[in-house]
Amino acid sequence: MHGGVAVQFLIDNFPLLWDAFLTTLGLSALAGLLALVLGTLLAAARVSPIPPLRGLATFYVEVFRNTPLTVVFFFLIFGLPQIDMILGFYTGAVLSLGLYTAAFVCEALRSGINAVAAGQAEASRAIGLTFGQSLREVVLPQAFRTVVPPLGNVFIAMVKNSSIAAGFAISELSSLLPRLVNADAGELTAVLIGVVIAYMVITLPMAFGVSRIERRVAILR
Amino acid sequence: MTTPVLFDIPGPKARARIRIGTAIGSLLILALLAFVLIRLGRNGQLDPQRWAVLFDPRTGVPQTLGRALKNTLQVAAVGMVLATLLGLLLAVGRLSEHGAVRWLAGIYIEFFRAIPLLVVIFALYFLLPKYGIELSAYQALTGGLVLYNSAVLAEIFRAGILSIDKGQSEAAYGIGMRKSQVMVLILLPQATRRMLPVLIAQLVVLLKDSSLGFIIGYFELLRGARSLVEFFSVSFGNTYTFQLYVAAGLIYIVINVLLSQLARYVEKRTRRNKKAAAVGPIEMPVDIEMGGGGGAVPPA
Repeated sequence: MHGGVAVQFLIDNFPLLWDAFLTTLGLSALAGLLALVLGTLLAAARVSPIPPLRGLATFYVEVFRNTPLTVVFFFLIFGLPQIDMILGFYTGAVLSLGLYTAAFVCEALRSGINAVAAGQAEASRAIGLTFGQSLREVVLPQAFRTVVPPLGNVFIAMVKNSSIAAGFAISELSSLLPRLVNADAGELTAVLIGVVIAYMVITLPMAFGVSRIERRVAILR
Repeated sequence: MTTPVLFDIPGPKARARIRIGTAIGSLLILALLAFVLIRLGRNGQLDPQRWAVLFDPRTGVPQTLGRALKNTLQVAAVGMVLATLLGLLLAVGRLSEHGAVRWLAGIYIEFFRAIPLLVVIFALYFLLPKYGIELSAYQALTGGLVLYNSAVLAEIFRAGILSIDKGQSEAAYGIGMRKSQVMVLILLPQATRRMLPVLIAQLVVLLKDSSLGFIIGYFELLRGARSLVEFFSVSFGNTYTFQLYVAAGLIYIVINVLLSQLARYVEKRTRRNKKAAAVGPIEMPVDIEMGGGGGAVPPA
C-alpha cells in the first residue's frame, strides 16, 4: 500500500466527497429545522393544560422513541407509496430524520422546562399571564438556555443518524464506502478516513458552538 | 403531573373551551384516520385475506418473520453481552491509576462515540475484507454494535462507579482489600444494581440499532419483510407489501415499548430500594437514546 496513491485517489474523488458532504449537511440542516420546530411544539403540548393534547404528544414521543430510525425511513419511503403518497428519497429522508429527532428534542426540552424554578411559572401566573404567554415569555426562554448542551448533543447525534439515509439511495457521506467498494485496500482506507474527517468537520464545530453558546447564555442561579 | 405550576386549574369556562377544542381536534384526527383508511381500503389493503397471510403457516410468512425476529434478538443479545463486558473493562481502564491505560481507554471511547455507527459497520463489512479479514453481515453488525455500545456503556459504568459513596472503597481498603478486590467485590456490584434501568434502556437502543443490519443485508426483521415482499412480488405483485412492512415495524415497536416499560419499572423499584437509591438515579442522556451513534463529541 502506498500512502501517496491512496491520497491521490482521495483527491481524484474529491468532487464525490464534497457532494456527499453537502448532501449530509443539507439533509441535517433541513431535518434539524423540522425537528426543532416540531419538538418545541410537542414539548409545549406535553406541559399544556389540555389533556388530549398532552396525551397526543406523549403518544408521539413514545412511538418514535421506541421505533428504530431505519423503520421510520422504511415506512416513509417504502410504506407510504402503498397509500399512493410517493415522497421521493430525499424528502422521505428529511421527514424521517426530522420526525424522529423531534421526539428527542421534545424530551430534552421537557427536562429543561421541568428544571425552570417553579417560582418563575407561579410568578407569571400571579401577574396574570396565560399559559401560552408564560410559556413563551418566561418558561421556554429559560428552558432553552438550560438545555443547550443536551439539545446540542441531540442535533450532533442527528447528523450522525443521517448516515442511515445511505441505505435509502441518498448519496451522503457514509454511502461512499459501499459505492467505492471496488477500490483497493489503501484507497478505501483513505475514503474511510476522509468520511470520518468530514463528519468531524460538521460535528466538532457544532460541539464547540454548543459549549460557547452554553457559556454565553448560562443562567446563574 | 400532580400539581401543575404552569397553568391554573381550568375553571368552568376554560373547561368548556377545552371540550370544544378536544371535539374539533378529535374530528380532525378522525378525518385523518378516515383518509388513511379510505386510501388503504380503495387499494384493497384492508382486505382480511391480505392480512391473513401473516398468520398462515402454509405461506411460510410466520416462519420467515420468526426467523428474522430470532436473528434480530440474537444480534441484540450477543451485542449487549459483549458490549457490557468490554464496557466494564473500558470503564475500569478509564478509572485506572496508570496514565497510559486511562488515555487509551479515553481515546477508544471518544473515537467510537464521535463517528456514526453505520460508518463503523461499513468499515467492518467493506474495508476489512480488503485486508484479508472476511466478516459476514452478522459479524460486521454485531462487531459495530459492540464497538459503539461498549464505548457508551463504559461512560455509564464510569458514572455508576463514581456515584458510589467514597466511604465504601475507603472501608474496603481499610480492611485490607486490594485494588482489584475493591473494584470487583465492592464497587461493581453496587454500581451494577444502580445502573440496571439504564442498562435495560440501552438494550432498547441496541435493539433499535440492530435494524441497521437491513442496510448491509443482514437477515433481520426489516430485511426479512423485504425479502418476503420480493418473493411474493413474483407471483402476486405488491399484494402483501404493506402488510409485511406493517408487521415488521409493529414487532420492533412492541418489543421496544415492552422493554422501555420494564426499564421504567426496574427504575422505580431501584429508587424505592434504600440500598441502591442513596444517590439519584443515573440518567441516560437523550442523545444516546437516539441510537445510531448518538453521544456527545468532546468539545474542541
